[in-house]
Amino acid sequence: MTSLRTVLPAGAASRSILRAAATGLYLSITVLAFFAVAAIVPGLLATHSPTALDLSHSLEGPSWQHWFGTDESGRDLYSRVVYGTRESLAIGIGATAVSISIALVLGSIAALARRFVAGAVNRVIEILFAFPTLLLALLLVAVLGPSAMTQIVAVGIGTAPGYARIIRGQILSAKDSGYVEAAVALGHSRRRILGAHIVPNAVRPLVAIITLSIGQSIVWASSLAFLGLGVAPPASEWGALLDAGRTYITQAWWLIVIPGLVIVTLALAATTLGKHIQNILEKGEK
Amino acid sequence: MAAATRTARVGAARLGLVGRKLLSAVIVLWGSATAAFVAQASLPGDRATVILNIRAGQAVERTSTELAQINAQYGLQDPLVQQYFRYLRGLLVGDLGVSYQQYRPVTQIIGEQLAPTIILTLTTIVLAWIIMIFWVTLTAGRGRRISGIGSFVDTVTAGLPHYWLGIILLLVFALGLGWFPVIGGSGIQGLFLPALTLAIPLAGFMGQATRTEFENSLEQPFVLSARMRGMGDLGVRLRHVLRHSALPAVTLSGWALGATISGAVIVETVFTRAGIGKVLTTAVNTQDLPVVTGVVVLIAALYVIANLVVDAIYILIDPRLTSA
Repeated sequence: MTSLRTVLPAGAASRSILRAAATGLYLSITVLAFFAVAAIVPGLLATHSPTALDLSHSLEGPSWQHWFGTDESGRDLYSRVVYGTRESLAIGIGATAVSISIALVLGSIAALARRFVAGAVNRVIEILFAFPTLLLALLLVAVLGPSAMTQIVAVGIGTAPGYARIIRGQILSAKDSGYVEAAVALGHSRRRILGAHIVPNAVRPLVAIITLSIGQSIVWASSLAFLGLGVAPPASEWGALLDAGRTYITQAWWLIVIPGLVIVTLALAATTLGKHIQNILEKGEK
Repeated sequence: MAAATRTARVGAARLGLVGRKLLSAVIVLWGSATAAFVAQASLPGDRATVILNIRAGQAVERTSTELAQINAQYGLQDPLVQQYFRYLRGLLVGDLGVSYQQYRPVTQIIGEQLAPTIILTLTTIVLAWIIMIFWVTLTAGRGRRISGIGSFVDTVTAGLPHYWLGIILLLVFALGLGWFPVIGGSGIQGLFLPALTLAIPLAGFMGQATRTEFENSLEQPFVLSARMRGMGDLGVRLRHVLRHSALPAVTLSGWALGATISGAVIVETVFTRAGIGKVLTTAVNTQDLPVVTGVVVLIAALYVIANLVVDAIYILIDPRLTSA
């Protein structure tokens, strides 16, 4: 009796949960596809030129004519966002590349090296992890001076310690697994075990981490830009749009709210997709 | 006799635990001090020239007399190792160096602005706990749909950038409704929106960790027995379940102290508030590295203290941990 009562609604509910999850997945893929097109062929999606001045229509709110409104020089904000996608994504992808590379090196040393070295590297990871991402990034900006390249390096290094910990954990759990024990028992060489068993199993979750990281990196980079430490304003990179919009916050809310919303949407879509990939990989392992 | 040895053993184990915690705290502090020194030493170019250029705001050729004065003031002619040890020795007595820009000790610059940021940070953590407990108690383990909505909100709020949330709150509650001052504002009125901006993502973040534990605890036998004793649902959730599921969020609070102070950098800019964040942004902009690294070392120290406090709270919440 009880079992029947618990099974029935649970089955129905999990179906609706699955449907909701699938909707989330399709939505995020659509969003990401849109941004991919915007980055590759912005001309296809833009409705205006991103640089065309029109002083008679400056600081106008969103309308049918200008979907996201216009800025102080009458430039169409929607088109500027579309044209800014390429540089914003490039910063996100660049920072992710920096971050994952550092994380891979530190994480594998911490998991695979001799005890003393591994312990020392592990300590370094823990100390870096103690620092908030933004603080680490700001320290690097102070040393290197603000620029797009600095944003990539600073955000990359700032987010690396967290990923290094994940990768270390992944390698350690692969190292302690039954199949590695079996391979050792079969007398396979160290190199072969590493190449054939540990590396593939530790690297697979990276797909999920990379997806998550691109979204997060864009958010961190835009935070630096918001503080005026990003790409110089004439560019229509999203962080630069935020920084430029800050001046007009009392007169033209859309100039700062909409670029922010675009960044949040992209980050949310990347997070959703990343979590889905993670779920699929975990199910595959079982 | 047996009892005496047992207490002695527990005492020794506890001492060992405290020793380990203290050692790791010292290592984190030393690591951050070293990172701070390396950052200062790695400014590209001749450091004396760089410092003079930072002061003047322009890059020009410097005469050797000008350089000699700076070299003497900052001890730049000494070997790096010697400078490093001098820096560490300074930190031990609370000397963070002298600002390149303001000709004043860094401790003085930070000390003047520390109070507003600390108040903001503590308010944020309290507010985040209130929001998180309210939301999790309300939505966790209430059937799939409500729990689903609950955890969806956690995920979305945890990912909201501070600058964006802050601007939305500023536009709606200060500019739109006029409930709060737009700029600065003293006392509680000016504190609420900045603290809320930092607290909402933090609440979402802690909520993610608490929710899973909360839902597991609801299935535990002690919950059933409390219900059988006639305790109401809310009472069970607040008295029993919450206590069992709060540990991950307590851990996160220690970490959150540092993250919140660095979040204050953004929030103080949005709401034009005075504080450490403002000091840090200005210093980064002007490459005033002693100030930047001073803030970094300070946050590391606060982080270490917060984590020692968290360890103590742990034992208060879960007495089983004393024997571990």
